[in-house]
Amino acid sequence: MAVIVDVAIQGAQMLLVLLLSPLLTGFVRKIKARLVRRQGPPLLQPYRDLIRLMRKDVVLAQSASWLFRVVPYLVFATTWVALSLVPTFRTGLLFSWSADLIAIIALLGSARFFLALAGLDVGTSFGGIGSSREVMIASLAEPAMLMIVFMLALIAGSTQLSTMSAFMNSSEVGLRVSLGLGLIALIMVAIAENARIPVDNPATHLELTMVHEAMILEYSGRHLALIELSASLKLLLYVSLIACLFAPWGMGTTEAGPQALAIGALTYIGKLAVGGFLLAMFETAIAKMRVFRVPEFLGAALMLALLATLLRFVSRSF
Amino acid sequence: MTLIIALNCIAGLLAVTVLAVVIGRASVAAQIVYGASLIGSLILLFAAIGHLLGAADPVSMTLPLGLPWLGTHFRIDTLSSFFLAVVDLGIAAASLYALGYGRHEQAPQRVLPFYPAFLAGMNLVVLADDAFTFLISWEFMSLSSWALVMAHHRVRENVHAGYVYLIMASFGTLTLLLAFGLLAGPDGDYTFAAIRAAHPSAGLVALVLILALIGAGSKAGLVPLHIWLPLAHPAAPSHVSALMSGVMTKVAVYGFVRIVFDLLGEPAWWWGIPVLTIGAASAVMGVLYALMERDLKRIFAYSTIENVGLIFVALGLALSFKAHGMPLAAALALTAGLLHVFNHSLFKSLLFFGAGAVLTATGERNIERLGGLIHRMPQTAFVMLIGCIAVSALPPFNGFVSEWLIFQAILLSPQLPSWGLKFLVPAVGALLALSAALAAACFVRAFGIAFLGRPRTPAAEQAREVDRFSLAAMFACAAFCLIVGVLPGLFIDTLAPVVRSLVGARMPVQIGVEWLSIVPVAESRSSYNGLLVFFFIFMSGSLAAFAIHRLASDKLRRAPAWDCGYPDASPATQYTASSFAQPIRRVFGTLVFRAREQVVMPKPGDPGPARMSVELRDLIWDMLYTPIAGAVMLTAERLNGLQFLSIRQYLSLVFAALVILLLVIASWP
Repeated sequence: MAVIVDVAIQGAQMLLVLLLSPLLTGFVRKIKARLVRRQGPPLLQPYRDLIRLMRKDVVLAQSASWLFRVVPYLVFATTWVALSLVPTFRTGLLFSWSADLIAIIALLGSARFFLALAGLDVGTSFGGIGSSREVMIASLAEPAMLMIVFMLALIAGSTQLSTMSAFMNSSEVGLRVSLGLGLIALIMVAIAENARIPVDNPATHLELTMVHEAMILEYSGRHLALIELSASLKLLLYVSLIACLFAPWGMGTTEAGPQALAIGALTYIGKLAVGGFLLAMFETAIAKMRVFRVPEFLGAALMLALLATLLRFVSRSF
Repeated sequence: MTLIIALNCIAGLLAVTVLAVVIGRASVAAQIVYGASLIGSLILLFAAIGHLLGAADPVSMTLPLGLPWLGTHFRIDTLSSFFLAVVDLGIAAASLYALGYGRHEQAPQRVLPFYPAFLAGMNLVVLADDAFTFLISWEFMSLSSWALVMAHHRVRENVHAGYVYLIMASFGTLTLLLAFGLLAGPDGDYTFAAIRAAHPSAGLVALVLILALIGAGSKAGLVPLHIWLPLAHPAAPSHVSALMSGVMTKVAVYGFVRIVFDLLGEPAWWWGIPVLTIGAASAVMGVLYALMERDLKRIFAYSTIENVGLIFVALGLALSFKAHGMPLAAALALTAGLLHVFNHSLFKSLLFFGAGAVLTATGERNIERLGGLIHRMPQTAFVMLIGCIAVSALPPFNGFVSEWLIFQAILLSPQLPSWGLKFLVPAVGALLALSAALAAACFVRAFGIAFLGRPRTPAAEQAREVDRFSLAAMFACAAFCLIVGVLPGLFIDTLAPVVRSLVGARMPVQIGVEWLSIVPVAESRSSYNGLLVFFFIFMSGSLAAFAIHRLASDKLRRAPAWDCGYPDASPATQYTASSFAQPIRRVFGTLVFRAREQVVMPKPGDPGPARMSVELRDLIWDMLYTPIAGAVMLTAERLNGLQFLSIRQYLSLVFAALVILLLVIASWP
């Protein structure tokens, strides 16, 4: 019986994140539009876009290989699997032990690896520029992310997200300097990883400023739909990750009954709304930076994470 | 029994060497030599696996060979059986590959005799049980591989590569000779058993550690002793490159482990520090060099430096944990290192086989003259893709598992009591993360430019898929990469007796863990399940494909590329390897390579092309090797005068030398 419930909850989480992710993207777009006094597209527009794209024919470049056609499914699958292992409304999911935080980051790395290859597959200059910049950004974001994991693992004594989240929810964790630095670093990495302003602009159509969009320029139809969906999933993943590590309040535990789960789900949606709102605020308030300023931005994230880790070494109370 | 079988096989390999000299010109010689090597290595492999799985007691043997009254000592224990298995799995794959690839060899007499000799040398190093046999086998391995590097001796680069290799190999052997000389002590008992029993002083042990690190490290390709590796490994025929990169560097790691973990006894607290530092430096430098390189085989050779760096980081962690009385953590780090030894031998062999296949199909090693090979060589492209994912340490393949284990070991470092290590290890962790991310960038570049896109030259356009033997060897390696990636627990458990014999503890038993997960310390701390991750990715990908094709649309049509409305028909407009690396070169290269970019624009109105040139400097060459070479030349020039003296002057020189030596002896305390 317990197993069935566990499977049901794990399945519910997978469906929930799949259904919620376009909504979060739509929400961020809406808020951004409202902040600059535009009406903005309706909240449900990303769903309509996805359905429309899925129904269209794929127009495939003549020089594209089989890899180009497989990559959207691989990217979607790896991102979805990674997200289904992040605790959202309840910790201790059925398969949460099959990958820890390091493995989840590596799964996202796999998705990026495939996408960068797809950018090179057709043999156009824009695909190449996108891939080349994407891997440069990733090569800076990944060490920073790992230092954040290191710092969190020092505090929580684990890299298992469920355990970390449960620990963060307990009374043992107070306000700590290292946590604050880690949070800022994590937000910076999340912005870079999700191709948001100021690192990249998800809405740009000026070719030379694109990174992510240039990489997927040749995609169309259902392939493009899957990649857009994966991008939404990734955004949701990072917001959920920040929420479950730094704002784990209200999350259901393994013994939680239906009521606690409902609370968990509601607070989760609340956290997403707050996260989305803050992201929109931030993106509206700041301008995109030049590509070669990105190393400084991510270098700052790395230094913050390193500082946080060293502070933990100096004193356990930081 | 295992030892007798192994030694017989090695004797067989040496007999094949003699045979190859005799029949080298015959058309079937390649088949005979590689077939015999394949059979011999498979027997050795099964013998080694049998010994390892049975966790049998060490067996020693003394043969009345070599120097009189000394004999030649051989011994097989769990450590040597593990390395024997790694070596012979690599050899078996390379021999299978060579059955097809070797046919294209233009000068078979220059390859065939040395190939089995090289194999025998590597096997003998692993089985040697006295310093004398070890060094002889080591030198045998070096020299036979040198001969293989010089196989295509008419190419100018190869001669240079062979020259540098010979110097560095001699230097490495020299330091190992000194290390063993110090270990043997004044009585000069060179058997490993006697060395193990002796208790040298702390200063002596420190010296031996440094000498072993230099000697084994120069063979393994640690920075800054790596300079020969990217020259020599690619110069050899591809199956030999695979062996040199995938297997011979592992023999060097074996040498280091044997000396430092086994012969030297209990480590001191600081031993991990030089090993960790050099390992982390090699990991980052290796991959940065690889990112700047355009020659496919050299990219893989530089990536070997990176992976050897990773292995040494794991070994350094194991030493640190062992020195501070944390055997469980040491077991985790050592298991991670040894697993990476195994993994690297698999995917690096695969990658070099693929490079050989590309070379056979197109005659090109420069990836900027390739492109679009995925259309012409679909099977090679598929296995190379697997190799590239594995070497980039991405799940669910094997490279990720060992790297994940190394990170888990790093996460245990806060428990270390020494402050130096406490601060060093997190920095090493950040460097490893950097090298992993850069490795992914490097292999996106290598695979993407060579195999994807549109063909850049007619040679790439007319490439043909390679023969079945080569494909079989590559598919076998790729299959192993996946198996180790999804079922790492089996291999971790197999390593347990090796690890226990070296650090006195082992990782927790993995085979009984639910769902075949791996749990390095405790489940609440961290766990990873490659099988489930692979299964989930496969299922959700297939599910998505099925649902979309069924419910939405499965129509597809071909059209010219979009490229923002400006598609250019010329393949020259594609991104090249150099342009792909440009952002990374700007970020890291300005510091590490003193990279300078220069753009020369034509005058307004001038239709001539703009030119861009990039200048990179190899600081290790410039700051370390060029001064040394200069000093050697200068000394030689100064001493040149001594060759033109008269007989009286020579006699007085001899007399003076005699007097000085007598004075030295007289004043010796």
